[in-house]
Amino acid sequence: MLQKSDVVHQYLRPKKAFPNVWCPGCGIGIVMGCLVRAIDTLQLNRDDVCLVSGIGCSSRMPAYLDFNTLHTTHGRALAFATGVKLAKPHMKVIVITGDGDALAIGGNHFIHSARRNIDITTIVINNMIYGMTGGQFSPTTPADSYATTSPYGNKENNFDIPKLAMGAGATYVARGTVYHVNQLDELIEQAIAKRGFSVVEAFSNCHTYYGRLNRAGDAVKMIEDMKKNVIPLKAAAKLPPEKLEGKMLTGVFLDLEKPEYCDRYQELIDSLKGK
Amino acid sequence: MAEVRLLQGNEAVVEGALIGGLTFFAGYPITPSTEVAEGLARRLPKVGGKFIQMEDEIASMAAIIGASCAGAKTMTATSGPGFSLMQENLGYAYIAEVPCVVVNVQRGGPSTGLPTKVSQADTMQARWGTHGDYVAIAVAPQSVEETIRLTVRAMNLAEDYRTPVILLLDEVLGHMREKVVMPDPGAIKIIDRVKPTVPANWYKPFEITPSFKSPMAAFGEGYRFHVTGLTHNEEGFPISDPKRTFDKLNKLHNKIMRYVDEICEIETDGMADAHVAVVAYGSVARAAKQAVMMARHRRMKVGQVRPITIWPTNEKKYHEIFGSKSLEVIIVAELNQGQYVTEIERVAPKHVKVVSLARFDSELITPDQILEKIKEVR
Repeated sequence: MLQKSDVVHQYLRPKKAFPNVWCPGCGIGIVMGCLVRAIDTLQLNRDDVCLVSGIGCSSRMPAYLDFNTLHTTHGRALAFATGVKLAKPHMKVIVITGDGDALAIGGNHFIHSARRNIDITTIVINNMIYGMTGGQFSPTTPADSYATTSPYGNKENNFDIPKLAMGAGATYVARGTVYHVNQLDELIEQAIAKRGFSVVEAFSNCHTYYGRLNRAGDAVKMIEDMKKNVIPLKAAAKLPPEKLEGKMLTGVFLDLEKPEYCDRYQELIDSLKGK
Repeated sequence: MAEVRLLQGNEAVVEGALIGGLTFFAGYPITPSTEVAEGLARRLPKVGGKFIQMEDEIASMAAIIGASCAGAKTMTATSGPGFSLMQENLGYAYIAEVPCVVVNVQRGGPSTGLPTKVSQADTMQARWGTHGDYVAIAVAPQSVEETIRLTVRAMNLAEDYRTPVILLLDEVLGHMREKVVMPDPGAIKIIDRVKPTVPANWYKPFEITPSFKSPMAAFGEGYRFHVTGLTHNEEGFPISDPKRTFDKLNKLHNKIMRYVDEICEIETDGMADAHVAVVAYGSVARAAKQAVMMARHRRMKVGQVRPITIWPTNEKKYHEIFGSKSLEVIIVAELNQGQYVTEIERVAPKHVKVVSLARFDSELITPDQILEKIKEVR
């Protein structure tokens, strides 16, 4: 039987794209493993998979993986992905993006892709900071946290990614962490299998910037803290509000059936045939 | 018998796009280009194509690039402010060598400017709008009928050279209705991008070939390649070393400039013995034609030069056109404060005086205005 790491190795582009750009201990590599295992479990034909990303640490992921891969401009991955999906509706289009990429510069595309309910899976790797540009605060940086552009503590409020995705019209919304690897494998698998706009927030660590600027410790400490701070949605439902303060909820927030955009457009094309 | 129709310029873009084999359009409404989107929203699904109204122009440009990577023939249409928003992703399409057509029906600017008034003030934006070093192709029709032909040509150039092509209309052309003799189906040559024939694992999507052109595979058809806006090697993966950086940017330059004779269409009339030449493109070229005719009736030796491909500039060709000993003055008539005149000054012989006839009050240049200028400089 193949080990988990062997599965990942089968999908890499070792001679072409490596070494990778990530810091030692970065959680993005764990998410990459989860994504690959999800695709492998679903037994997707890799010619039919297209990975699209924007700009940032997490957005470098597609280059390392042997699929159809499109590394685009900052924040625009979902808009590029929309073009790919409409041109080739049979393809599984998966967007890999970071918190800044998806929700700041790309916030408009995020809500409108959800509103359309186009069959794209979006994996938002949330490390609460801009890593590649050197530690500036992002739309998910918690209030009063430190970043290179919030040297006196962040005075802005942060987005809750699942709530935003649900409000905008996504059909599958989940959150996992890079500590809970097996769960994240499953959440990504379910999201890809879902016909519609699906969002998985993959909570990750940036010890290089977020951790250092906020005295949150090294990679191991930050990942161990995820274990302490997380409560599964099902368990949370039975707890009083005061027990949930400062905790992060994980699991499947939403999973529903809704007509998908490409399907509806194809119905339009079919109905116009011969007219 | 050929079909005759009454069409406006924006509708001609729709007709041309369908003749050229368009399969994907993404856009965001903006005056005076909206009839292009409206026409394609109605027509594309009937032929199995896709129309999508995106959330903004940035997304529209992104979507057509994504669709083109997946094998579609793509287009977006906009006007000045929208064209500005598209510039970042337009640059992506240049470096990633993605065929697509961007229609800019120019209005007055800067900024929101004059949404329903004519202008040619995006002439330089079409050439230099995005950041970095690249060669742009832009074509500018003068009539509704020519808009059909040049829409197809813009699509053909995009496919042939794996690059974005700008179709530069102006508000008057976009909204003016004219008699159009529809081209016979099959009479216009359609060019499709060259697809790779090598096995998938040999394929280099950005190969630097002797011709500087390289075949383009489509996502989902067995060639799993990487596309990025980062400077990349022949396989598409990011690089930063000087040698390969040079090779990549040199390719972007040469794949266009080596074919400048094929790409550049310039129409001339009466230039053999002309003392004065009038250079004008788009709607203004029609006023120039009338003015040149009026001047000749008055026995003045005046010729006309009409750049149809306004970028890139075919320097050699212009040296020939402006090279006659009799030529003394070139008038460049345009609806801006003098953008194209700087380019004509660059390619005009030293002994020839280049003067600008610039109008930027939102109205067209009239034949009389040009005639006055001819009399003044003669």
